[in-house]
Amino acid sequence: MERRSLLKLLALSSLPLAGCSRAPVSFNGIDITGADYGADFHLRGHDGRDYSLASFKGKYLLIFFGFTQCPDICPTALSRAVLIRKLLAEKAGQLQVIFITIDPERDTQDLLAQYMAAFDPGFLGLRGDMQQTREVARAFRVFYDKVPSGSSYTMDHTSISYVFDASGKIRLALKHELTAEQCAADLSALMKS
Amino acid sequence: MNTMTKIMMALTLSGFALLAQAQVTVSEPWVRATVAQQKATGAFMQIKSAKDVRLVEVRSPVAGVAEIHKMEMINNVMKMRQVDGLDLSADKLLELKPGSFHIMLMDLKAQVKEGDVVPVTLVVEGKDKKRETIEIKATARPLNQAMQH
Repeated sequence: MERRSLLKLLALSSLPLAGCSRAPVSFNGIDITGADYGADFHLRGHDGRDYSLASFKGKYLLIFFGFTQCPDICPTALSRAVLIRKLLAEKAGQLQVIFITIDPERDTQDLLAQYMAAFDPGFLGLRGDMQQTREVARAFRVFYDKVPSGSSYTMDHTSISYVFDASGKIRLALKHELTAEQCAADLSALMKS
Repeated sequence: MNTMTKIMMALTLSGFALLAQAQVTVSEPWVRATVAQQKATGAFMQIKSAKDVRLVEVRSPVAGVAEIHKMEMINNVMKMRQVDGLDLSADKLLELKPGSFHIMLMDLKAQVKEGDVVPVTLVVEGKDKKRETIEIKATARPLNQAMQH
């Protein structure tokens, strides 16, 4: 599996440049080019600054929705993002990883800052108020729901990561099951096209 | 009591101890480390039982609340639910692992730092309704724990 992905990476990196014609690239993720997902958003970063989609012009974006009290899926997705950046090597600088909380009640700006730093100081945590969170989730077709559990609650949520290209267009939906190698191969191919 | 009897008794007792321990064995227990303000995390391990039992309760002194949870992915939506218990079939490995079942530790009393040893108690119940507790020590792995190796 790992070897096959590696071969794929190698194969992709040796693709000849085909002028302006678009080489038929098959992605591991779902190609959603042209979809109107997340056309724009306005959220506060864990650094206290305000961000919109336009703030990231020139960067590829990997966006994941989650919550920090998540025992499993969210840290796994963010760990995968760390690996993706490693695999992208010198191209990693072109990628901005963004984590949007769907649990702003508990995910304070401070907590988001700590959480991002535990993975990669370059990752950006974004949060909005309840209304902004609902809006951004709707814009990305992200489902989330607060579910009581014991004395506390947990969050059901969509586990897909979204990829935007450097011109701010949405391109791919990456399922949780994809490996870091598969995601890195897709990003690598995007950065080349 | 002669020496031979003492040896026999010691052997018998240690034999019983081994037998009792061998009912439920836990391997590779770990918890995911947290950041300071994080109030919940998960514990993962592999559990095997010599006979059919049911895991009915989990406890940990680091958490106000500990629950057995099931994680499911339905149409790319992650859902996590508390379950009453988990059946352990004789000699069949039950894996509590990312993407599946886990022990949810909530209302954490302090940050769980990488390398911390976290005591976790498992309570299993046999068909005869007799309960047995298993004390384990789970080591905290970094929050940034890459996928399964």
